Amino acid sequence: MVNAASNTNASGEPLVRIERLGVDFGRLRVLRDIELELSRGQSLAVIGESGCGKTVLLKTIIGLLRPTRGAVYFDGRNVAKLSERELTRQQIRFGFLFQQAALFDSMTVAENVAFPLRQHTQKTTDQINRVVLARLAEVGLPEDVLAKKPAELSGGMRKRVGLARALAMEPEIILYDEPTTGLDPIMGDVINELMINTRKRHPVTSVIVTHDMRTARKASDRIVMLYPLDRLEADEPQILYDGPPTMIDAASDGRVSQFVRGEARERLMEMRQRNGG
Amino acid sequence: MNSQISIPNDQTLSGGPLQVVVDWIADLGGLVVDWLVALGDIGLFALRTAGWLFTRLPRKETILPSFYQIGVLSLPVVALTGTFIGMVLVVQSYTQFRAMNMETQLGAVINMSLVRELGPVLAATMLAGRVGSSMAAELGTMRVTEQIDALTSMGANPIHYLVVPRLLGCLVLIPTLVIVADFMGVAGAAFYAIYLLGIDAHHYLQNSRDFVGNFDLFVGVFKSLFFGVAIALIGCHRGFNCDPGAEGVGRAATSAFVLSFVIILLLDLMLGITLDAVYYMIWPEAPRLF
Repeated sequence: MVNAASNTNASGEPLVRIERLGVDFGRLRVLRDIELELSRGQSLAVIGESGCGKTVLLKTIIGLLRPTRGAVYFDGRNVAKLSERELTRQQIRFGFLFQQAALFDSMTVAENVAFPLRQHTQKTTDQINRVVLARLAEVGLPEDVLAKKPAELSGGMRKRVGLARALAMEPEIILYDEPTTGLDPIMGDVINELMINTRKRHPVTSVIVTHDMRTARKASDRIVMLYPLDRLEADEPQILYDGPPTMIDAASDGRVSQFVRGEARERLMEMRQRNGG
Repeated sequence: MNSQISIPNDQTLSGGPLQVVVDWIADLGGLVVDWLVALGDIGLFALRTAGWLFTRLPRKETILPSFYQIGVLSLPVVALTGTFIGMVLVVQSYTQFRAMNMETQLGAVINMSLVRELGPVLAATMLAGRVGSSMAAELGTMRVTEQIDALTSMGANPIHYLVVPRLLGCLVLIPTLVIVADFMGVAGAAFYAIYLLGIDAHHYLQNSRDFVGNFDLFVGVFKSLFFGVAIALIGCHRGFNCDPGAEGVGRAATSAFVLSFVIILLLDLMLGITLDAVYYMIWPEAPRLF
């Protein structure tokens, strides 16, 4: 395992600190003993095959899920120990781009992007409209989408509106859940570029959950690879790789290079053995 | 929590009748535990909703669409239900009352049944289907497509934003709709009895006035407050706890209706007994059934 060069800012306090995190759903154990630190301004990609707990990790960081064991600290405060109102105040500092964008069906694009501003600021309608237009321009969407409903948009446009909404409150940290999944390669690359440009425009920390290696290499400066618990021995760590994108090809663990290269040979053999063939 | 249903296998069968009885008791126990857990969960959900209801009212942009959905769009179906119940009651009772030459008493019996029982219960059942199921399906879809998570991640409490406006809508508008159902039922019955069956209008209406009092009208409307709360809480709870996928949303909508219907009937019985006791406390000299 390669350690990241630096996980902390000048003051020495990482923005996100995860200590011995474990998350179970009933009898199903999804995360076990996760230790991670994320400094301000860093862009971390969390990779791994489906079902390894990437999205669960993301939702635990923002406080949508509670840890079964261990703790997540954001800016030095234990997320699970916050009161409902404190957690709400903390969540305003986050932007979250959901896998299917999770736009509100009943609202127009403009209302979707304006939603957090109406909830948490005293801005006038004119001021809100200006912010909405600026954010939509940032993600490359024209003004004529403002009055459209999410159902009228393509997958790529929905993702971009989702990103505009996530940026509306100028968050300190943005969490991207599978930002390029379900998009064609061109639109996938547009989203990659938008994530990179977002970091250039705003001093933002990013966590990108993806199984797209192109996204991980392009938009992050650190990669963490999670592995499904049901395929690990009891004493093996769940994080198989933690280091810069440039070093991932040279990872000593065969399972990492297998994932990076997208080789299914061993998995296919396992499936054949299971089916008795 | 899923109920633990034992699937008979070789081992169970070889255990003999005792094993079957043990399994049956275990299944029953599992079912009771599931019910208690579900009841506790709905109770906590109701407490959290009440907490938000009494501390911060939602904005009018969220309240008005809920009121429109629950009130305005339900009006035609509730009015239609009320009218037809009134007319059907006349059709079903007329022959018997006519045989006793008591057809002018129809007004008293039908209007009493309408305002105390049939108006509130049938309107609430109709609304459990129209409003409760649609809440469960809408919120269930929001859960499945992560829109509820998106609300939370943007610092908006989903109970405050989604449940409280719907609860307020049901609390205010379901009793109002029951009054509409009562009125349409009374009007429909009067129309059928007086104009189509030719019952004497003066005596029909006089008997209605003599027998149906303000307390009877109050009983029906008061019960509908509870029905409204039950429909909103059960519909929203089912939606919030929807299983993934289209099947999950369908199941949430169906279970919202079935559970609301059962709770409406239970509440009707309990409130009927309680309000009867209250009636005799206020008017002890009133004639009693037992």
